[in-house]
Amino acid sequence: MRRYIDFYLASMKIAILGQIQYSVANYFYMIGMITEPVIYLVVWTTIAKQQGGMAGGYTAGAFAAYYIIWTLVRNMNIVFTPYGWEWRIREGQLSMELMRPIHPIHGDVAYFAGWKTVVIFLWLPLAAILSWIFKPDFDIRWMEVIVFFLAIWGAYLIRTILLSLLGMITFWTTRVSAIFELYFGLELILSGRLVPMTIMPPWVQNLSNYLPFKWTFFFPIEALVGNMTDIQLWSGFGMQVLWIASGTLFLNLIWKSAIKQYSAVGG
Amino acid sequence: MTPTISVSKLSKHYKVPEREGGMKAAVISLFNRKYRTVKAVDDISFSIEPGEIVGFLGPNGAGKTTTLKVLSGLLHPTSGAVNVLGYEPTKRSHDYLRQVALVMGNRNQLSWDLPAIDSFELQRAIYGIPVLEFKKTRDDFIDLLELKDLVNKPIRNLSLGERMKMEIVGALLHRPKVLFLDEPTIGLDVTMQRRIRAFIKEYNQRWGATVLLTSHYMADVEALCKRVIVIHHGHTLFDGELSSLVTQFSSFKTLGVTLPNPEVDLSQYGEVLTRDGARVTLRVAKAKTSQVTANLLSDLQVDDLTVEDTPIDDVIDSVFTSTEETK
Repeated sequence: MRRYIDFYLASMKIAILGQIQYSVANYFYMIGMITEPVIYLVVWTTIAKQQGGMAGGYTAGAFAAYYIIWTLVRNMNIVFTPYGWEWRIREGQLSMELMRPIHPIHGDVAYFAGWKTVVIFLWLPLAAILSWIFKPDFDIRWMEVIVFFLAIWGAYLIRTILLSLLGMITFWTTRVSAIFELYFGLELILSGRLVPMTIMPPWVQNLSNYLPFKWTFFFPIEALVGNMTDIQLWSGFGMQVLWIASGTLFLNLIWKSAIKQYSAVGG
Repeated sequence: MTPTISVSKLSKHYKVPEREGGMKAAVISLFNRKYRTVKAVDDISFSIEPGEIVGFLGPNGAGKTTTLKVLSGLLHPTSGAVNVLGYEPTKRSHDYLRQVALVMGNRNQLSWDLPAIDSFELQRAIYGIPVLEFKKTRDDFIDLLELKDLVNKPIRNLSLGERMKMEIVGALLHRPKVLFLDEPTIGLDVTMQRRIRAFIKEYNQRWGATVLLTSHYMADVEALCKRVIVIHHGHTLFDGELSSLVTQFSSFKTLGVTLPNPEVDLSQYGEVLTRDGARVTLRVAKAKTSQVTANLLSDLQVDDLTVEDTPIDDVIDSVFTSTEETK
């Protein structure tokens, strides 16, 4: 356990040092990412105003709060992508990672976790500017802050597991971008990334309860900006833990089979 | 003594999809896909004793890298048994991975943007090396490879040779007992190649490590390996001392003759390979070497005469050529 903690701290340090070297590029990247929520925000704020100040139960200020927190959650949700898996298998980079006495996914989780700590600091001034422009309604309790902080890391782990599983398809075939795109389409609708889940038709909301997507987007945002009771907050976090545990189990099973397929083509 | 590496009847076959060119064949292959079996490694056996440095030779596609990948646990063999340090590599146990290293001349594992000194710290954490031991090994290696002025520069700012030296340090910080080196000097200049060879030799002597090396540079093999294994088309062609390879596969010697009169025709003494001013190189059947040498010295005025074995590159080349011809 101590060795893993040491490894995580060392990897996170490497990631932070690397990101600091490119802090300006990172900032521009984050600014670019804000375009998507700002479009959603402008559209929904306009609709809310046209409908007498509210749409789907959200006021303009509630939408602003949702999409400003969205920007942080979205950044926390950036993980090693299936395209990255495709690249590292094709280029032979995975061979070097497999020679280490530590699972490559630990390397991914640790590296991106280091990156996230930089992202959180870079996000604060952006959130301040967005708040100044869009005037969000924030009514936040301490318990919400605590669960939100845990939930963004839970979301990060769930999405890492999901995209790793998707990426591992490349052990069997190296051209899987069509499957990736299908996945991202489903995620867009069923996660709360496009619109808050409560605005979606009841059958979509019902379906999303049985899938992992909403626990990576909608739940962490709602934990902070929604009106959840403490029980709802902790049971939501419990659902995240459940998805992480079952996902890890499944990942291990698939990995055992996938690694036998590895042909180390790229080197 | 128990061998460090033991390979018995190892085969690694790949099923590769195959089709003819053109649209029609492409459409047909959607419904009726044909496969061909490629025997990358086919029924090879060898064992390597602790502390040996063995050269693993063969042309491109011979199966060298595939064998190294099986030995390092990256690939599952199709059949056969492999044992390294008492471990079955395919199980990829962490205890096993902590005792081996695979260095590939064309692969990097150090962070491109950071100075190597930071990446070495990550290697320490990965292998759980005690801090004092890590610092001592790191500093020793930095001194041996003369890297003191470079370890604080980002890797991207280093030359290819400097990067390779850093990669080797990074790969050996955990002091592996077995090294798999796949073309560690590829693309490097002569000085850098020599420096890396000396380091590998020093590491082998200091830590008693077993080394299996592939290289297309015969200078690497001659400098480091007493024993070589030659494979071609996945089969073992030769396994023994490098000097025996020359004896077995070379029936010629090379004579270098320097004459005061460069115009003299020497073709009656042997096959003239090169003529560089007054210096002529002749290829002579090994059995006739003494006689030809005596004749040259008695018939002509000779300023200088040398007798050498055929260069190892030519011997290896003749091994592969003879197998192609007998196929």
